[in-house]
Amino acid sequence: MIIIGEKLSIIAKRVREAMMKKDKGPIQEIAISQWKAGAGMIDANIGPAEDGGEDLMQWMVTTIQEVVSLPICLDTTNAKALEAGLKVHNNQWGKPLINSTSNDPERFPILELGAKYNAQVIGLTVGKGGLPADAEERAAIAAEIMGRAMEYGVPLEDIYLDPLVLQIATSQDHAKHVIKAIKMFQELNDPPMKTVVGLSNISNGCPKALRPILNTYYFGLLMYEGLTAAIADAHEVTETSKTIDVIMGKTLYAHSYLEM
Amino acid sequence: MAFTAPKETYSGKVYNVTIGTGDKAASFGGENVLPFLPFEGTIPNKPLIAYEIQDVPPADWPENVQKPFSSFSGDPVTWAKFCQDTLKAKAIALRLIGTHPDRENRSPEDAAKTVRDVLSAINVPLIILGSNNAEKDAPVLVAAAEAAKDKNCILGKAQEANYKTIAAAAMANNHKLIAMSELDINLSKQLNILITQMGFDKERLITDPMCSALGYGLEYTYSVMERIRLAALTQNDLTMQPPMVADIGMYVWKIKETQAPESDMPLWGNAEERGIAWEAATAAALLMAGAELLIMRHPKAVEAVGKLIEEL
Repeated sequence: MIIIGEKLSIIAKRVREAMMKKDKGPIQEIAISQWKAGAGMIDANIGPAEDGGEDLMQWMVTTIQEVVSLPICLDTTNAKALEAGLKVHNNQWGKPLINSTSNDPERFPILELGAKYNAQVIGLTVGKGGLPADAEERAAIAAEIMGRAMEYGVPLEDIYLDPLVLQIATSQDHAKHVIKAIKMFQELNDPPMKTVVGLSNISNGCPKALRPILNTYYFGLLMYEGLTAAIADAHEVTETSKTIDVIMGKTLYAHSYLEM
Repeated sequence: MAFTAPKETYSGKVYNVTIGTGDKAASFGGENVLPFLPFEGTIPNKPLIAYEIQDVPPADWPENVQKPFSSFSGDPVTWAKFCQDTLKAKAIALRLIGTHPDRENRSPEDAAKTVRDVLSAINVPLIILGSNNAEKDAPVLVAAAEAAKDKNCILGKAQEANYKTIAAAAMANNHKLIAMSELDINLSKQLNILITQMGFDKERLITDPMCSALGYGLEYTYSVMERIRLAALTQNDLTMQPPMVADIGMYVWKIKETQAPESDMPLWGNAEERGIAWEAATAAALLMAGAELLIMRHPKAVEAVGKLIEEL
């Protein structure tokens, strides 16, 4: 399980203020904290970043990689900002991950960036026409994204399919559809396709006390189906991740398994 | 069409452990494949066989395995020199069995003196073993570790009940350490974790999943060893990557099949040959299971297993 530490998002007030002021302190502190809690990659979400996105993404990538030896998940809809971030990304610690492309023609240029910078790309299984209705529709869109990736020269092992987790409070049925989609995505290729979710979206809009409960149980079910990676708070999910690995026989049990 | 052997690839690697000092230092472990499969990866070292000697005369050993050492029985120094010079031992394992409270109950100071005397007589690496009495081993192995300071020995065996003291002594005196658990892979992993959590370098550990003789539970040892090695190689489990020791002689030479004379068991054939074969067969099986370090007694069994190692 690759945990993509999610705490560096422009939506969080403290992070937004640090981004605006270019104050490295809080950014690096959060990145280190996610790393130590078990993150294998750090999400840098700068939002649409229409003004100054290129500078901001470069600053985020270098600021994080100054203190943490991990690859970065570059999270923005601004293609220019993505390219700027990819240029300064230190690939010594792993390939960067672009978040994201989809089946919307406007997002195809993202695949060009993936091919050009040897980056991995998240393929969000939505199209121009709105949200997918069920797992089958997600898988159909996934197949189209895979075709597009090959056309643009991004190898399928560099694609992470994202079934788009929706809020349980408003779209309860989709929770199940997403679990099924994780299973179906893997069957689209041999070796199986990689998968990723934005985990905490499941509990978006729920009372604060419920959020970690919903997130971790959901995470366990997704792991059971073979999820490869999750954008999540490492502090919240590492224990679940280690426990499911033990239950599924992927790591050898010992009384201190949580400490390893 | 030519046959192409299917190949596995492994994500993990066993730690390479070097013991002793100077040009007689010996290494084992270091491979990234299952035993005897060099075409799938690299095996930098061959398994190492250490000759077992002990601090008191081997009166408890069956006659057939006492015989090769009978000319000097009782003196660990000449015994060690004989193993090194005449039998060409690459390593020696000194078992301080005489410290056991039910045996001669020798003191930690006596044990330390024996260790010093043996070390001054040999230049091959030394493995220092207690009497497997968890309580007594703690003071004995602390004294022995100090007596052998900086000689890069292996100290053993640390168990759940005494690992703190023994691991601290090994750390303070620059030795490697055997961590022994009783035929349970999960407890073996747990003990390795606990020892490394003390600050002991996992690359200085040797795992002893507990040995057993052919016919007396060998399949349990085999299975635990095999699963440890698979966890190390296929799951890249860092806590399971120390090399493994098989303490064979002690287990083989106490069973009926290596002791009963031919007069009692005419169908079993010559007792001496039978004992040697039993020790060699047990050793060969555990090599297949993944053991990198063997502790053995009979020179002819060592010779046979040595030949197997060379040929495979």
